[in-house]
Amino acid sequence: MNNTLAIFKRELGAYFSTPVAYVFIVIFLFLTGIFTFYMGNFYERNQADLEPFFGFHPWLYLFLIPAISMRLWSEERKTGTVELLMTLPVSLGEAVAGKFLAAWCFTAIALALTFPIWITVNYLGNPDNTVILAGYIGSLLMAGGFLSIGSCISALTKNQVIAFVISVVICFLFILSGFPLVIDFFSSWAPQAIVNVISSFSFLTHFESIKKGVIDIRDLVFFASLIAFWLYANVLVIDLKKAS
Amino acid sequence: MDYAIEVQNLNKTFGALHAVRDISFTVSRGEVLGFLGPNGAGKSTTMKMIAGFLEPSDGRVAVCGFDVSQFPLEVKKRIGYLPEGAPSYGEMTTLAFLRFIAEVRGVPASEREQRIMDSIRMINLESVIDQRIETLSKGFKRRVGLAQAILHDPEVLILDEPTDGLDPNQKHEVRLLINKMAQNKAIIISTHILEEVDALCSRAVIIAKGQVMFDGTPAELQSRSRVHNAVSISLNTTDDAGVVEQICNTLQALDCVHSLEQQTTENGVTRLLILPLNGVSIIQPISEQVHSHDWPVGEIRIEAGRLDDVFRSITTGGDVVQSEVLS
Repeated sequence: MNNTLAIFKRELGAYFSTPVAYVFIVIFLFLTGIFTFYMGNFYERNQADLEPFFGFHPWLYLFLIPAISMRLWSEERKTGTVELLMTLPVSLGEAVAGKFLAAWCFTAIALALTFPIWITVNYLGNPDNTVILAGYIGSLLMAGGFLSIGSCISALTKNQVIAFVISVVICFLFILSGFPLVIDFFSSWAPQAIVNVISSFSFLTHFESIKKGVIDIRDLVFFASLIAFWLYANVLVIDLKKAS
Repeated sequence: MDYAIEVQNLNKTFGALHAVRDISFTVSRGEVLGFLGPNGAGKSTTMKMIAGFLEPSDGRVAVCGFDVSQFPLEVKKRIGYLPEGAPSYGEMTTLAFLRFIAEVRGVPASEREQRIMDSIRMINLESVIDQRIETLSKGFKRRVGLAQAILHDPEVLILDEPTDGLDPNQKHEVRLLINKMAQNKAIIISTHILEEVDALCSRAVIIAKGQVMFDGTPAELQSRSRVHNAVSISLNTTDDAGVVEQICNTLQALDCVHSLEQQTTENGVTRLLILPLNGVSIIQPISEQVHSHDWPVGEIRIEAGRLDDVFRSITTGGDVVQSEVLS
């Protein structure tokens, strides 16, 4: 536990000691603003909620989260520090958890910095703040899902660009699987059970319901088990790959 | 039986490549083992397996009685390890990096700052503690890596090329440091620099193509040299009067002399290298001859033996390459 904490602190510090953190946060806030106010028609809808704000999060995360996660392990492998880390008295699980939590905490900070939008909507009207809170929780869980995928992929390669591209593709598949386009394609010939399984893997399906203020235990279990699965895969990948 | 490091029939294969073949050796406390071998001989791979980074394909490594495969964390706690190339987190300052290592190493919070300052002082890092590691010179980076390895005062130190990239003064300092720590630790260092073996190590292990080719003291290593105990003399004369030939004949007639090599240099000085039979000391009979015949000898010297010759002959498997002692 102490080791996880030490690695967590080091990793989070690493984000802020390079321009990465600031660039990311500025771009994230800028894009959420654009999406919410221009593409989401925040004002024109005349509704006191953050639906247009959260609605674009999956698409923002699709590109921004792999940009955070790509360096998690590939940089360690490239600079050789993975050898240092793995010869410290730290278990692989502790290291993976510490790094993942640092990246997740960093996204939480970026997400928290969108608070002016919450103030705005409260100033303009009387939104249901519990729904907004649920939206934030759902968004953070989804970010965790994306991050766990990205963390695992970044352990596969020394090259951050490759890690980024593969992570985007896999994250895209996880979003797409709930899309009407994909669902329609499968529902025309596959049994309903399979269609359900495919759509149940979609981040969109689970995020949609949380976003509406319904925190269903199934959605929480989905994200928790998704994160657990990818982090476990992450541990296996590092163990296999560290020699090469 | 109480070895600090025990390596038994260690093997490592990467696909078709058999990087380490059946390596066995032991290191006790107080010993400094010099790990020698050409590039790609398997030195780093062996050290990585001892440090618990790589799983052995076959065989066993025990550190302070703990099997590396079964109790990796117990082993890692007892080892200070400087990986090849001394990797560290470039975006951190020296101090922040050492604090991180101290925390993960489980140095108690009350002693942490003291230990960090101690190792900074020992390695002379005071001037760079607030600099980011990526901005440091190669020598300083290596020393940060060393500081990190000795921070928790480990029982076992494994240093992969600790003096690589250091200037002669820094090398000297690091050697002094290792000598100082050697009394109560078991230390393995790998190096290309043969003089280091003489200066630092109580034992040398030479590996080539993944196999142990030599395991013994540096003195034993030297005695393998063709010119070990050979005597070289320089005569203040040239060969025109036949004096040199006469001297050669006299020396050749001695029982203990195996052979003789001659080279005339330009400034009227002739140098002779007298190789002993079976490596015995031959200085006594030769100096007796010099005195009794009153030869014009300018210099007389015993050759200790050429480590690089021995190294080459052991690692290439051939005969000792003609040494250049005379030139």
